[in-house]
Amino acid sequence: MGTTEMARALFGTSMAFHIIFSTLGVGLPFMIVIAEILFHWKKDRDYAVLAKRWTRGFGILLGVAIPSGTIVGVMLALLWPGFMEIVGQVIALPFQVEIWAFFLEALFMAIYVYAADRLSPVMRIVSVVLVAVGASASAVLITDAHAWMNTPRGFQLVNGQVTDIHPWAAVFNPSFFITSMHVLSTAYLTGAFAVTSIAAYKLLRGKLEEREAAYHRKALMLSLIIGGAMALLSSANGHSTAQMLHHHQPEKLAAAEGLFETTAYAPLSIGGWTVESEQRVRGGIEIPWALSFLAGNRFDTVVKGLNEFPRDTWPPLYVHTLFNLMVGIGVFLMALAFGAIFWRAWLKRPYPRWLLALGTITGPLSIVGIETGWIFSCTGRQPWTIYHIQRTAEAAIHAQSLAGLFVLFVSLYAFLLVVTIFVMRFYFHRHPVAPELQHPLEAPASLHKKRIGGGRLGGSPA
Amino acid sequence: MSGLSPDDATIGILIIGVLLFTYSILGSIDFGAGFWAMLYGRGRETRASELANRYLSPTWKVTNVFLVLFVVALVGFFPRAMYVLASLLLVPVCLVLILLTVRSTFMVFAYSADKYRGLLRVVSGITGMLIPALLVSVLPTTLGGFIVMTPDGPQLDYGRLLSSPTEYAHLAFGFASELFLAALFLADYAREAEDEAAYAVYRRASLLLGPLTLMTAVLVTYTMVPEAQWIVAKLERQVPLFGLSVAAFALGYTALFWHAGGGRIGRPRLAIVLVIAQYASASFAYGRAHYPYIVYPIMTIEEGFTNKLMFQSLLIGYTLGALVMVPSFILFWRLFLKDKRYLRQE
Ligand code: HDD
Ligand code: HEM
Ligand code: HEM
Repeated sequence: MGTTEMARALFGTSMAFHIIFSTLGVGLPFMIVIAEILFHWKKDRDYAVLAKRWTRGFGILLGVAIPSGTIVGVMLALLWPGFMEIVGQVIALPFQVEIWAFFLEALFMAIYVYAADRLSPVMRIVSVVLVAVGASASAVLITDAHAWMNTPRGFQLVNGQVTDIHPWAAVFNPSFFITSMHVLSTAYLTGAFAVTSIAAYKLLRGKLEEREAAYHRKALMLSLIIGGAMALLSSANGHSTAQMLHHHQPEKLAAAEGLFETTAYAPLSIGGWTVESEQRVRGGIEIPWALSFLAGNRFDTVVKGLNEFPRDTWPPLYVHTLFNLMVGIGVFLMALAFGAIFWRAWLKRPYPRWLLALGTITGPLSIVGIETGWIFSCTGRQPWTIYHIQRTAEAAIHAQSLAGLFVLFVSLYAFLLVVTIFVMRFYFHRHPVAPELQHPLEAPASLHKKRIGGGRLGGSPA
Repeated sequence: MSGLSPDDATIGILIIGVLLFTYSILGSIDFGAGFWAMLYGRGRETRASELANRYLSPTWKVTNVFLVLFVVALVGFFPRAMYVLASLLLVPVCLVLILLTVRSTFMVFAYSADKYRGLLRVVSGITGMLIPALLVSVLPTTLGGFIVMTPDGPQLDYGRLLSSPTEYAHLAFGFASELFLAALFLADYAREAEDEAAYAVYRRASLLLGPLTLMTAVLVTYTMVPEAQWIVAKLERQVPLFGLSVAAFALGYTALFWHAGGGRIGRPRLAIVLVIAQYASASFAYGRAHYPYIVYPIMTIEEGFTNKLMFQSLLIGYTLGALVMVPSFILFWRLFLKDKRYLRQE
């Protein structure tokens, strides 16, 4: 592989690793805020215990999110100097503002965890809200840079020179708003279904005292409601995102659906794989007219096919599968969440085992949705780094052997994935929820007195 | 570039310099504290170790953001320097990233997996200790002596770099500074916590390391000569600033012997402030000698600089952001660096 390909592999892998932790880092604080608010509203201490335990898990995940974010931040600058040359002159603002969001999150996370016993209840909620705001803002801001790569605005490139610069036009590029909405809602969705997975797993395994089972059922119901709502929202704004592609990146939409010929009443293909020589998707199910409807809300919308574009600017055709996976997961999660809520809240029946079993996989599925969605978006932009302006090869670092670094980083990520799972299991095994339910919220300062640096959540780092 | 007054790039590099300096102090204290926490974790000095951990728990993330801030600001103000910097720094910086990741994750995991705490602390202490030294040892690459021009642009000549004494002098300087700054800072933190036992431990360490840092600094300047004649000549013109630096050190060091009332010896607050002043004046002198090159002789600040419009937006952005964040920093400071309830918990 050449340097450019190695750089893509190294950067893509690093992003794929970071996104696991950072998405949970956006989704979990959102859940923690909701639990804290419910605690104060319903005066039900179970919610405080939930918030506390999620915070501990979040603390462990942040230990990976922050250094992995530092890696991708620095790698972006080192592997794509050609890209950064333009970024620095046109869209430096979101990167810069993001720093303040990081500060906000880091400062108030420490305050929420280590100073909780010295804060008034209101200040505690304010702190955790600021943590969530900081995390969400950093997601929106980095997504802005990504959206700008897809729909670049605010400059001209003349003979390799950047001219006619309008920083704000770059910031408010056409896909910024809708893409951020989709990224945020799917991050909240992921945080919620991560909780669903754990609660469903605990209930499925059984052997719980009623007190503990009730606690997990609260977590399950709360996460299903949030997760279902976010799945609905994500499908809706995912639909708008697809329409954005129709207007701004027609090649990507055509590749997503394996559409070769421009046509009205275009069909939507589900499943299968795109075969270039046959100019169609083989082995998929076709829903007539649906793609035209997706793209323009009318069945007679004309959708551009790949043959409209020079062959060397087509994205790789396997993005069809990535797109299918993402959309399929979205539909499945929505159906599952609403089905389970209906079963429980309407029919007032206990959850059947198969439903709980399905519940346990919702968290991992959400992560798969995030991964496929991002890789679809980044790979579907190929061969462009900045759509129709800069090719990936022009963005990349020049001749360096990256193979050694690639092996090193991939090993690091594999190792950290294993260790993180191990530490999570170890920690929650050592600190079961039952005792905390018996003495919920004992005088905060007395918890973990012996622990170093311990506050109310002393066992967890932040 | 046309329409750009030369002053803008100078202001830009000044901001970068301030950010770099801030991070090198905060990072040294952070990584050094991790090392001390590890070193004192087992023996009789566990109180000293606990104190270091108490400082680290809430602050390491904030410190890390300063590193990111520096990188983002560098790209923002000097985007056109990225090609050269990327090809020179890719490998060393990636190594630092790997160490940084192991260090931070293991430090966090050490809290959660108590059974393995000892092992995790040793790994994070040692990886952390290597980081500032490695970062400092990147400095000589910008001096020009270790660069070869290839058809694909400038590349680092690792053979030459790794066989050069100046590289190891920089490494030693990095180690010594980091441990010294962290020890001195923790001495002050211990005094603030009214923990005289821990204070004595860190004061002793500072007394030992202080002269050592000065020696390695001298070594750095002496070993520089063959590769970077140009900067040595320019450094000689900065003698007044270096003199100031040495004076600040001497005064700060003796402050550790002054009486502080109540039978306590040493004024650690004064000492750390003066030592930071020592590093500030020396860094400023070094920066002035380095000016106007980012990488000698192939990249000047002028050539790497962004456009005027973006420069102004960045200035406004940084000013506004800093103003908005000030209250949060003050709150943070009061809760974790001043509040006796946090500092003195058993
Ligand atoms: C659990 C995660 C998840 C789920 C269930 C969905 N998405 Fe998604 N999608 C993402 C997670 C995601 C993402 C990871 O957040 C992406 C990647 C880049 C981005 O902006 O958001 C994304 C991108 C993305 C794009 C490409 C945007 C671009 O390239 O700029 C489209 C067209 C859709 N989505 C459409 C949908 C539709 C119609 C869904 C219907 C259910 C859907 N997504 C569910
Ligand atoms: C859309 C995808 C992304 C999301 C949702 C996301 C979100 C996050 C979150 C929640 C954190 C933890 C923040 C904190 O606690 O300080 C984080 C850290 C970080 N992210 Fe990402 N990120 C994304 C992509 C990126 C990209 C592409 C970059 C690089 C350009 C990046 C750079 C960073 C950096 C530098 C950090 C560390 C900040 C620190 O030191 O605290 N992120 N990210
Ligand atoms: C967080 C989730 C993300 C994932 C999983 C991801 C994944 C990828 C992958 C797989 C590639 C290689 C594309 C290919 O060669 O086929 C890539 C390229 C790239 N991505 Fe993303 N990406 C993410 C987010 C972002 C964001 C938020 C930005 C914006 C700052 C970004 C900027 C880039 C750049 C600059 C490249 C290299 C140039 C290119 O290949 O076009 N990525 N990413």
